[in-house]
Amino acid sequence: MHPAFSVILFTTASGAGYGLMALLGALLWRGDLAAETTLQLSTLLIGLVLVTTGLLSSTFHLGHPERAWRAFSQWRSSWLSREGVLAVATYIPAGLLGLTLLFPEMVPLNVKWLGLALAALSLCTVFATAMIYRSLAPVRAWSNQWTVPCYLVLAVMTGAILLNAIVVSAGLIIEDIHLVTWILCLVGYSLKKCYWRFVDLDSNPSTPATATGLNHMGEVRVFEAPHSSDNYLLKEMGFSVGRKHADKLRKIALICGFLLPFGASLLSPVLLSFGVVLALAGVLSATIGILAERWLFFAEARHVVTLYYGR
Amino acid sequence: MTALPQNTPKKLGLVIDLDTCVGCHACAVNCKEWNAGGHMAPLTDLDPYGKEPDGVWFNRIHSYEVTDSEGRSQTVNFPRSCLHCEDAACVTVCPTGASYKREEDGIVLVNEDKCIGCKLCSWACPYGAREFDTDQGVMKKCTLCVDRIYNENLPEQERLPACVMTCPTSARHFGDLGDPESDVSKLVAERGGVNLMEELNYKPTNKYLPPRPRRRDMKSSPAEGFLEPVVSTSENPVLYWIDRVLSR
Repeated sequence: MHPAFSVILFTTASGAGYGLMALLGALLWRGDLAAETTLQLSTLLIGLVLVTTGLLSSTFHLGHPERAWRAFSQWRSSWLSREGVLAVATYIPAGLLGLTLLFPEMVPLNVKWLGLALAALSLCTVFATAMIYRSLAPVRAWSNQWTVPCYLVLAVMTGAILLNAIVVSAGLIIEDIHLVTWILCLVGYSLKKCYWRFVDLDSNPSTPATATGLNHMGEVRVFEAPHSSDNYLLKEMGFSVGRKHADKLRKIALICGFLLPFGASLLSPVLLSFGVVLALAGVLSATIGILAERWLFFAEARHVVTLYYGR
Repeated sequence: MTALPQNTPKKLGLVIDLDTCVGCHACAVNCKEWNAGGHMAPLTDLDPYGKEPDGVWFNRIHSYEVTDSEGRSQTVNFPRSCLHCEDAACVTVCPTGASYKREEDGIVLVNEDKCIGCKLCSWACPYGAREFDTDQGVMKKCTLCVDRIYNENLPEQERLPACVMTCPTSARHFGDLGDPESDVSKLVAERGGVNLMEELNYKPTNKYLPPRPRRRDMKSSPAEGFLEPVVSTSENPVLYWIDRVLSR
């Protein structure tokens, strides 16, 4: 599948944003950080900026961005529509939380419950994003049991790496946050390894023979292509990445996306001022790694329509 | 609504005969001609006379070489277009309601005024039936010539999809596959019509008729005998002599 930059940016940036807001919500639910209003507000703001950037970028790949509002209508059947509805719904607790934190006298809402709503809606939005891919049967690399856990864990993990950096930058040590970051980095690493192991060993039941209905006749090979230059299908669905590059990018994704941020979040709370630099380096490294991971998620996925073209 | 109808009593669709298709691309061309001015018009062509022509087509005619277990091969021409599936995922994934399946006849259509061009429907289609019009910013697909088959301004015998009308070998048949007594349903039953990519369970309406078995009583290929004497003495002495002279 063609790795469109707008969709890669959307899933990674908004994933991190929702992950960050989910963690913030969970902390508020638990009653942690109660005194740290500035920290809460800046975390919320960073989360909202990331989510909004991602959502705006996702509209850039539309043929008619001005009609994007129509995408909220088909939530009964479409995961893309559900994602849109949930993404917008998340702004409600986020906005109310912001107002409550800024003007506690004027908007005296219960921060605990707002936190819970924020965490739940953030996770549901990421789940809906993952389900868009999970439900596409023509792409085996997506329609499997690893897609949803990978999306959810990677979103919360990137959020945690950010939150770790925010906390360290504020000169705080919050053990639970650092611990959660370490755990999520390791879980994310294992999940991604499992995902790649699965897609590498997976054999597609669809073949050129089943695609043409000629299974009973023997081996089916492309004799002549229907057109002389690439059409939409080949440009959109016929993207393929060289094995050599895929292997290198997988290593980059694993090292930069999981292992380096793990190390950074492990050491940053104990290294005082250098810890801030280290935590920010962890964020940068995770950004590079997760962008590579998401690029591969698209570029390595093969759509069954390519069988008609012998690709 | 992008929810699929519970049941469409009528299932209009095509039956494509891979035995008689000669791969002439006439269906694709006539489809393009009609639909460039039809329901989904325009079917944009980019760089049509340049080095990298690219445009929207509803029919793509592939050719395959099929080799059996004994090494005998044959060419199969294979027209590919929308199969108007019963479980059309292209419809249910649509976030705007632009994609829909008609309850009255099962035809899958796109309302171009509602399409936001997110392309998700084309990802959901295993058959590559949907092609994005980059110029118009909307998705396009086969309409089963909905603007021909019910068109009372056309003579009755022309109320057929353009691809069916034009096929010089009558390899394309149009009818109601929901009615077991229809000509197309009988043809499918008689010739063992098949679904494409049955394993994905999209329940396509269109059926493909596999090529009839080839003759198996042919003597060995004439090429093998080229270097051997063609005629024996007893059969015809004159030809035997000519064969001897030519074989030198």
